[in-house]
Amino acid sequence: MTLSTSFIEDRSSAATLQAKVAVANPVEINDLTVAYRDKPVLQDVDLTIPEGKLAAIIGPNGAGKSTLLKAILGLVPVVAGSVQIYGRPYAEQRRLVGYVPQRSSVDWDFPTTALDVVMMGTYGRLGWIRRPGKAERDFAMHCLDQVGMARYADRQISQLSGGQQQRVFLARALAQDAQIYLMDEPFVGVDAVTERAIVALLQTLQHQGRTVVCVHHDLDSAPDYFDWVALLNVRLIASGPFESTFTAENLRKTYGGTMKAAIEHFQHFESDRLQMMGERRGDKGTRGQGDKGTER
Amino acid sequence: MTNERFDMSASLAIILTGVLVATACALLGVFLVLRRMAMLADAISHAILPGIVAGYFLAQGPNLLAGFAGASLAAVITVALVEALQNTRRVGGESAIGIVFPAMFALGTFLVSKYFANVHLDTDAVLYGNIEFAAFDVLFVNDVNLGPQSLWVMGALCIINLLFVGLFFKELKLATFDPGLAAALGFSPVLIHYALMAVVSITTVGAFTAVGAILVVAFMIVPAATAYLLTDDLSRMIVLAVVAGAASAVAGFFIALALDASVAGAMATMTGAFFLLALLFSPSHGLVAKARRLQRQRMRVAMENLVVHLFNHEHQAYEEHEAEVAHLSSELRWQPGFARQVIGMAKRAQLVQQANGHLMLTGTGRELAQRASALRDGEG
Repeated sequence: MTLSTSFIEDRSSAATLQAKVAVANPVEINDLTVAYRDKPVLQDVDLTIPEGKLAAIIGPNGAGKSTLLKAILGLVPVVAGSVQIYGRPYAEQRRLVGYVPQRSSVDWDFPTTALDVVMMGTYGRLGWIRRPGKAERDFAMHCLDQVGMARYADRQISQLSGGQQQRVFLARALAQDAQIYLMDEPFVGVDAVTERAIVALLQTLQHQGRTVVCVHHDLDSAPDYFDWVALLNVRLIASGPFESTFTAENLRKTYGGTMKAAIEHFQHFESDRLQMMGERRGDKGTRGQGDKGTER
Repeated sequence: MTNERFDMSASLAIILTGVLVATACALLGVFLVLRRMAMLADAISHAILPGIVAGYFLAQGPNLLAGFAGASLAAVITVALVEALQNTRRVGGESAIGIVFPAMFALGTFLVSKYFANVHLDTDAVLYGNIEFAAFDVLFVNDVNLGPQSLWVMGALCIINLLFVGLFFKELKLATFDPGLAAALGFSPVLIHYALMAVVSITTVGAFTAVGAILVVAFMIVPAATAYLLTDDLSRMIVLAVVAGAASAVAGFFIALALDASVAGAMATMTGAFFLLALLFSPSHGLVAKARRLQRQRMRVAMENLVVHLFNHEHQAYEEHEAEVAHLSSELRWQPGFARQVIGMAKRAQLVQQANGHLMLTGTGRELAQRASALRDGEG
């Protein structure tokens, strides 16, 4: 599962892209506050996501994880603070950012095919009025192939399984040909095949030097998939490289003392890690050995 | 009546007006249906009344352009008010529409009765239109008779809507399917929403002199909903909606002619009739097709159960007893009639054969039984 080097077709735009990319961090958030009515959803969030990371945004329900992605994309009104994509406002950098919304956010009975949904990823490049042509169609097909869905190109989207729908969404993000990918819970409700496909895709994107930011809520699998983490609960609790940030202390701060489940999850993870250092355990020992997700 | 020449083609003018109304409405209706905004279209069609009255009042007469301007403004106000109410969260989606549209319509009726009591803008015409007179309301420019005004107005609206949907097809599709991505890519869904509302309102004004405020909604929503039952492709849905709308207009005219009934009413009734046909008989989403699929599935499972049962008792001492038809129906808890039906189908499919009252698996039947039981074991 490798993305071809002709991923960026337009060489000149690739050059300007490189120039833009060289200046600053992919995502820089300063003092961001978002509120629905008078209730803050995000408060004073300062967050810098470095280049080329597979970053997870982790936190309890209502922590503002999805809102953080939406604020980066300018989809929710911001009360205070700023978001910069490679040093400039999002509105100037739209083409550098790919977005995978939650699967449940759209109506899958919409009368269209998988390929057509993927082609929507090319609309940003086309701009107003211009229609997608053969080039966009071929590229969308290529993106569908990346997620193992080429066979389903002409399938009506309501006839796809949940996992297949998720892969169509990922292919659509690939069709955006972005430098940063923001994904809202891509692993929710998917089958094992899709989970493996997503993991492989995330790694491919990383190898190509792209940055991936995923909202994620499964503490169990997080250590396998990501190398960078931001722990969020309305405020930013901690952020940084996974190993040093995903600690019991930080998780307790994020989930509060009452979130027993979170701590239990963490204990699983901790014991697995100890296990890894020593002997291999039989029942749950595959976690964290590099061949990510193959046994799940 | 004043013009002989158009008496001749009066029927044609009425039919053509109906077809143009249906086309203009169906083009937009597809997006209204997919955006689940049927009720908002209904609200707009009623709420533009005070706008039209205000326009006529300012122009001191039934001036079409003033009517359009007033109606568009009223439509935008309606949409904005509905959204503002919805944002209070105390008043949910449908309730907000239910508050704004009667208020606007009431204001409209009040204004009509107060200022236009003697003008031809009467409440009946507003509600039901007067397509019957489409041929006689003739457009004069510099004293040259250009033919029925409604044809010009609806023709222009058809072209506007065709251009709108044609040029912004991609944007409308994206903003309807995934407004979040549309916004992220820079295609403002708010802008697209209001643009759609603007063309919906001018189309409503144009259509409403012909078919009235109540029936215009039928032309917007029903053919689009009919098309949605028939296809899984957006472009085809638009074409089918236009066809269904135009067919309703033509059929409605002749029914009205035959029964001496309201033309607009008959046309709108026909949109409902076509919808009912699609609801029942659509090959993909129709109720009949669904029931048949369900029945086929039920029979397939029953046949599987039959062969698995026979297979499990093959080579057993009491095999012959187990394979008796009467025993089977009690064992598998089937009504005797259903058992006979299943066995008949299984025989026709050459899964089983019958020899003096006993059922025996054929080769194919045994294969199916093996596959089915392997699959069931896998699930267990």
